[in-house]
Amino acid sequence: MLAMNYRGPQRVRIDHKPMPEIQHPQDAIVRVTRSCICGSDLHLYNGSVPDTRVGMTFGHEITGVVEQLGSEVQNLKVGDHVLVPFNIACGKCVFCQQGLFGNCHESNPQATAVGGIFGYSHTAGGYDGGQAEYVRVPYADVGPTVIPANMDPDDAVMLTDVVPTGYQAAEMGGIQPGDTVVVFGAGPVGIMAARCAWLFGAGRVIIIDQLDYRLEFARNYCPCEAYNFKEMDDPVLFMKKTTDWLGADVCIDAVGAEANGSVMQNILGRGLKMVGGATPALHWAINSVKKGGIVSIVGVYGPIEALVPIGNVLNKGLTIRANQASVKRLLPRLIEHVQNGTLDPKALITHRIPLEYVSDGYRIFSAKLDGCIKPVLLPPSATS
Amino acid sequence: MDKPTYHPAQIKGWGVDADPKNDPTYPMKQRNDGEHEGYSWERPRQQTSDIEILQSNERPNLTAVFGTSTPPAGLSGMLRRFAFKYSESSYGHWLPLVLADRVGVVEGIVDDLRRGHIPNIPEELGWKAEWKHNRKQLVTRVLIGAVFTYAALAYLRGGKDD
Ligand SMILES: NC(=O)c1ccc[n+]([C@@H]2O[C@H](COP(=O)([O-])OP(=O)(O)OC[C@H]3O[C@@H](n4cnc5c(N)ncnc54)[C@H](O)[C@@H]3O)[C@@H](O)[C@H]2O)c1
Ligand SMILES: [Zn+2]
Ligand SMILES: [Zn+2]
Repeated sequence: MLAMNYRGPQRVRIDHKPMPEIQHPQDAIVRVTRSCICGSDLHLYNGSVPDTRVGMTFGHEITGVVEQLGSEVQNLKVGDHVLVPFNIACGKCVFCQQGLFGNCHESNPQATAVGGIFGYSHTAGGYDGGQAEYVRVPYADVGPTVIPANMDPDDAVMLTDVVPTGYQAAEMGGIQPGDTVVVFGAGPVGIMAARCAWLFGAGRVIIIDQLDYRLEFARNYCPCEAYNFKEMDDPVLFMKKTTDWLGADVCIDAVGAEANGSVMQNILGRGLKMVGGATPALHWAINSVKKGGIVSIVGVYGPIEALVPIGNVLNKGLTIRANQASVKRLLPRLIEHVQNGTLDPKALITHRIPLEYVSDGYRIFSAKLDGCIKPVLLPPSATS
Repeated sequence: MDKPTYHPAQIKGWGVDADPKNDPTYPMKQRNDGEHEGYSWERPRQQTSDIEILQSNERPNLTAVFGTSTPPAGLSGMLRRFAFKYSESSYGHWLPLVLADRVGVVEGIVDDLRRGHIPNIPEELGWKAEWKHNRKQLVTRVLIGAVFTYAALAYLRGGKDD
């Protein structure tokens, strides 16, 4: 089968690989119909996640048709068209039992700090991902969800990660009616977080990025105020001035380890990779929020310590909430939001790229070329 | 590690200020405090495999399922095995992994060549897309690279003459 193959930082290609096989009685083999490239993949693509092995296939935002089932799977049948949450979760462990499906304890032997994730290095379990024609899906009774008959597959694939992540970013913000919410990052995740902030009753939503085309999109889509930090002398000062000098009620980091905005952090975090990523966005979030405010982090950082002004967290009395999104926990509510038109996630998809052109897809999304917001890869069998 | 012999409830004032509302994990976590029972849940059936899986030393066993992509091999594999002697809390774990990833890239090229495949690096880098959507920057980058390479070569050659 065709599958994406990682060869080293910023080098990926399409290759032929053996078909995945059932390896556990709760496995399914799924024929991929859509698989997106995510901002999280860019951390792998840039070689920032330790234990990313050459030869691996990435891809954790997947829809597909069930081709084969292990002997213990009960809730699916061959031929079902499913959306597959990016977290691999057993449903039985004490964390899954409490809705923490992004923190499963039975899906990643290589690290206890993160649950299993499809195609996301060995630090997240060593699973080959869905940027391929077929993918092995463990715990098939837990994660995969049959796509409702009337749902557009483009909406379905956005429900595997972007929508729940953006929604959980807003949810973790503990937004109260009238709150001013600042979202750092106008990628798919940040845009969705800004959109969802309204669902929790925000009074004012501001999004910050460096790319005018994304800011323009967010301004119309969310809708919200949108500002370019490259045009500010000091983003924190800007935020203080625009919030009557008190700071925002809630700040959301939807950027993560690839953040731009600090020369020193670029060298340490993105160049030398000696810290768990560049942190200007998180730094600004902590310093722009009000005293007693809440910082919600969905931007992904590496496992090594990253530089943040922790003294200000203490002195300002901040609450910090962060996690990988718990897709399964949020799906029922979010499917409702999509079905009744409250959320329109497919509008974020700007690029539909044949899987064979995966290297171009990564380059376009990584370098933010051609007005790209969200790219989706289509295997040959999905387009024919 | 000796567990204390007293029960917390015997301690004067135990629990008098407990406040169930003081739970910042809501609604992310539907708290049932199952962790208090320890690692005692009924586990899914254990996946078996004959490929080498490295295991965090912060857990007693392999997880019930695991991925079987790209098992450790070669020099990078040796570095990875070494890394897993240390916990996730240690630089001894992460730095060898970062190094192994870089070594793995070289091994990947050697492996390609051994199979008679010359990797098309510009294509892997997605330069076709850059050429289409970002030509000016691509050309500048290639030119700067060429100038640096030329300058470095000239410098090295000059050094030899002295
Ligand atoms: N927690 C989760 O479950 C989860 C799930 C999906 C993605 N993520 C993470 O969310 C982050 C965003 O993902 P995405 O797909 O939207 O990526 P993306 O690369 O499309 O978007 C990131 C945006 O941040 C902007 N940016 C860079 N530096 C900035 C700064 N200092 N301040 C403000 N904006 C800045 C970039 O210009 C870009 O538009 C990534 O770190 C990704 O790993 C987390
Ligand atoms: Zn993702
Ligand atoms: Zn679990």
